Amino acid sequence: MTDTPRTDCELAIVGGGPAGLAAAALAAELGVETILFDEQPTPGGQIYRNIEANSRKLDALSDILGADYAKGLALVERFRSSGAAYEPLSSIWQVTAAGKLGVSQKGRAYLTRAGRIILATGAVERPFPVPGWTLPGVMGAGAAQTLMKASGVVPDRPTVIAGSGPLTYLVAFQLMKARAPLTGVIDTSRKGLLETGLTALPVLPGFAGDLLKGLSWMAALRRARIPVFSGRNVAAEGGSRVEAVTFEGRGKRRRLPASLLLLHEGVVPNNQITASLRCRHVWDAAQMAWRPWTDEWGVTSAELVAVAGDGAGISGARAAVHGGRLAALDAACRIGRISRAERDERARPERQHLQRDARFRAFLDNTYRPNEAVRRLANETIACRCEEVTAGDLRALVAEGFTDINQLKSFSRCGMGQCQGRMCGATVARILALSLETDMESVGYYRLRLPVKPLPVAQLAELGNAERDLRPSPLGADGDPSQRV
Amino acid sequence: MMATDAIVIGGGIHGCCTALHLALRGLRTILLEKNTVGRHASGVNAGGIRQLMRHKAEVPLSIAAMDAWERLDDLLGPELAKNCEFIGGVGQIGIAETEAEMEWCHTRAAEMRSLGHEFEEVIDAKELRRLIPAIADICRGGIISRRDGHANPFRTTQSFRLRAEQLGVRFMERTRVTGLEQGDRGWTVATESGVFRADILINCAGAWAWQVAEMIGEHLPKTHFASTLMVTSRMPHFIDPVVIGIDRVLSFKQTQAGTVVIGGGVLGDPDLNNETADTVADRMVVSAQTVCEFFPILRRATIVRSWAGLEALMPDVIPVIGPSQVAHNLWHAFGFSGHGFQLGPIVGSIIADLVATGESAIPIAELSPARFSTNDMLATTRIPDRKVSQEAGRE
Repeated sequence: MTDTPRTDCELAIVGGGPAGLAAAALAAELGVETILFDEQPTPGGQIYRNIEANSRKLDALSDILGADYAKGLALVERFRSSGAAYEPLSSIWQVTAAGKLGVSQKGRAYLTRAGRIILATGAVERPFPVPGWTLPGVMGAGAAQTLMKASGVVPDRPTVIAGSGPLTYLVAFQLMKARAPLTGVIDTSRKGLLETGLTALPVLPGFAGDLLKGLSWMAALRRARIPVFSGRNVAAEGGSRVEAVTFEGRGKRRRLPASLLLLHEGVVPNNQITASLRCRHVWDAAQMAWRPWTDEWGVTSAELVAVAGDGAGISGARAAVHGGRLAALDAACRIGRISRAERDERARPERQHLQRDARFRAFLDNTYRPNEAVRRLANETIACRCEEVTAGDLRALVAEGFTDINQLKSFSRCGMGQCQGRMCGATVARILALSLETDMESVGYYRLRLPVKPLPVAQLAELGNAERDLRPSPLGADGDPSQRV
Repeated sequence: MMATDAIVIGGGIHGCCTALHLALRGLRTILLEKNTVGRHASGVNAGGIRQLMRHKAEVPLSIAAMDAWERLDDLLGPELAKNCEFIGGVGQIGIAETEAEMEWCHTRAAEMRSLGHEFEEVIDAKELRRLIPAIADICRGGIISRRDGHANPFRTTQSFRLRAEQLGVRFMERTRVTGLEQGDRGWTVATESGVFRADILINCAGAWAWQVAEMIGEHLPKTHFASTLMVTSRMPHFIDPVVIGIDRVLSFKQTQAGTVVIGGGVLGDPDLNNETADTVADRMVVSAQTVCEFFPILRRATIVRSWAGLEALMPDVIPVIGPSQVAHNLWHAFGFSGHGFQLGPIVGSIIADLVATGESAIPIAELSPARFSTNDMLATTRIPDRKVSQEAGRE
C-alpha cells in the first residue's frame, strides 16, 4: 500500500479472489503495469479468505477448512512475487467506460485511470427470501463461513442450515467439525446428490473425486447423527429473533427449534459494476441469474472492461483461475506486451481446462438449480429488506398498471436502500416477470449509477484528483441568480 | 386508426396534467408516451415546490401553481392527493454566505415587493438558525419563501396520471411517435403501435419536444441536459426547510424517509438517443463540498445512489408555453429547464384554457415559442461550460 495513491496504470484488476489473483500475476509477469484493488485486507477473495495467516497457524481451523482451502496459498504466493501492485482494503465505488475507477481506501477517496480493467468481483449469495428471513438470527451460510475463515468464529447456539448447492453441505460439514451445535440440515434441492451423481458419473470422467467429496460430507453428517431432511417451503419463525425453522417434508409441516438459521441457495455473479456500466447482460436460465455478455476473452460490451471468474457466470474457483489468465493474456496483447499469436498459443491450455470444468459445472447447475427460487413468494414475504417492501406490495403495484422494474423502485422504494438493490433486484424482477407473464430479459434490472459501493459524503467532498475541467464552474457574482442557467 | 379529440405527446407531469384538464373540459384525450409515465425529469427530479427566486416571467404561474398544490384534494381527490406526499409551509431558503449574497437577497426582495409580491422575505442569521439548527456558522442569513416545500415527484406524476385515467384519458405507454401530419381531418399521428387521429395536439415531450416540433417543420431550441442528484442513506430527522444556494451550487432537502437529497445543478452526461444519462463523480465533488461546509452533520452521511434526469433546456431558462408558430391546433408546453415540477398542477389548466378559449387568465406572453422565431435565440445547441443549470438543481 502506498501513501500517495497511484492515479494511473495500464491494467486495474478489481477483486482479489482466484480470478483476480491469477489475472494480476500473469499480467505482471508479462510486463503489464498492474494494480489489484481488493476490498479484503489480504489476498484470497471469499474462497481463500485469510489464507496466508490461516495456513501459517496449522491449528484446528486449517483442518476444519480443509485441503481445497489450502490450495489457495500457491495462487497467492505467485501473485505476491509477480510484481503486481496490491491495494488492500480498497472499495471500488465507480468504474467508467473510459477506464476511470473511484477508489475508497483508509477513509479517503481518489480516482485512478486504467488503460484496461478486469473485473474479478466474484459471486454473492443468491438472496433467499422466505417468510421470516429478515429476523435477527437468520443469515447466509456463506456469511457464516466468512466469519469462520476471517476470525475463527463458530456458532455456539442451535443452528439449522437450509437450502441447496454444494456450499450447504460444505458449511454443514465444517460446522460439524468445528463442533458447532448443528441440529439439522434441510436440503431443498430437487433430487439428492447421490441419485444425480451416480447417473452422471459415466459422463463426468475425472470428476469422481469432486462427487465423492460431496458424498463424503453427507456421510460424515450422517455418522455424526446430524439429521438431514429433504424439504421445501422453508420459513423462519420467532418474535424478536428466530426461534424455529419450519418446512414441508414427506407431506407434512415440520418444525425444528433453532437460534441460528443459515440459508443458502447457491451464488450468483456480482454484476453491480457491469450493470452500472450499462453493459449488455444475458439471463442465464440454467443458473437463474444475470451475467454480463462477454467475448471469448471475457471482454464486455464496454470495450476497456473485461470480467473473469464467477462475476462472468458462476463457474467455481478452479475455472476462475483459467478465466483470469485468459483475460490477462488478452489485456497484455492489447497493451502490446505479447503478440496475438502468443496470446492464442498461451490460451490453449487454459481453454482446455475450462472446457473440462464446464461439464462438471453443467452437472452442478442441473443438480442445484434453485428449487425454492422458482416458487411463488407469499404476499407477506419481504422482498426488499432495506425498505421492507413485501411481495404483496409489489404485486399490488403491478395490478395498478406498473410494468417497469424501475417504476416499482421509484414508487415503493424497493432497491433504494443501503444494499443498493443487491438483496432484492432479482426477486423484484421475478415477481414482475411472473405477474406480467413475461421473461426476465423483458423485465431487465434496476438502473444503477455511481456509487456502486456506498461512499461517505466527506470522502466525495475531499476527492483529491477530480478533473477540474469536468467540474462546472461555480456560478459567479455576475448576473441575476434568478435568471441564470 | 383510433380517432379522438385531443392527443398529448409525453407522459411527464405536464403531459399528465394537461390530459387531466382536457378531460375535465370534456375532451376525449389520448396520451402517448414513448417509455413509461414519469420516466425522465418528472419522475426523478428533487421534488422541490418552490416559489422562491423564480424568473419574473414564471412568478404568476408559480403563485397559481402554489394555490393548486395547497388544494390538491380538489383536483385529485383526497387519496391521490395524499399519495403526492406534498409538504408545504416548511419553506425554501436561499442561503447567503457572503456579504454580496446577502445584498442580493435585499435587492431581490425589494424588487419582488415593487411588483406586488410579498412572499420573498430576507432573514438574518438568528432566524436562519432558528429554522435550521444544523446550519454552519458561516451562513449569515438568506431569503425565504415560507409557503414552499416539497413533494414526491414520481408519486405525484403517477397521481396525475391515475386521476386523468379516472376521467377517461387513455394512456398509451411504450408508444413512440414517428410522424405527424395535419390535414383537413385534423392531425394524423403515426406511432410504433398504430396510427391515431385527433383535432388537437399538445407537445409535452420534454427533452424530445424539439423533435416533435421538427416533424412539422417548426424549429425550436434543441438543448437538453441532465441534472444530477445524489441521495444519502437514512439519517435522523434534522431539517425541515428546503435549502438552495445563491452563488453556491446547492439544493438540499431531507425526505420523509430520512434520506437527504442533494442537487444543485451539477451536470450529468446526457445521452438523448439512448434516453438515459450518466452521473459524473468529478463534477459532484463541488456539491459534496458545499453540503459539508453548510451542514457539518452531513460529513457522516453516506451516498448510496446518484442519478440524472433528462430535461429540455431553453437558452433563456424559461419554458415554452403557447401555440405553435407554424400549425394551428398545436400547443407546446415544454422546456422547463429543470424547474418545472412546481408548475405541474397549473400548466395543464393553462393549456386547456388555450385550447378551449384561445386565451389564458395567467400571463404567458413571455413564454411563447414566438421568441425563438429570430435565429439568434435558436443558435444555442450546446450548454456553455459555465452555464450549468443551477436553476435545475434548485427544483
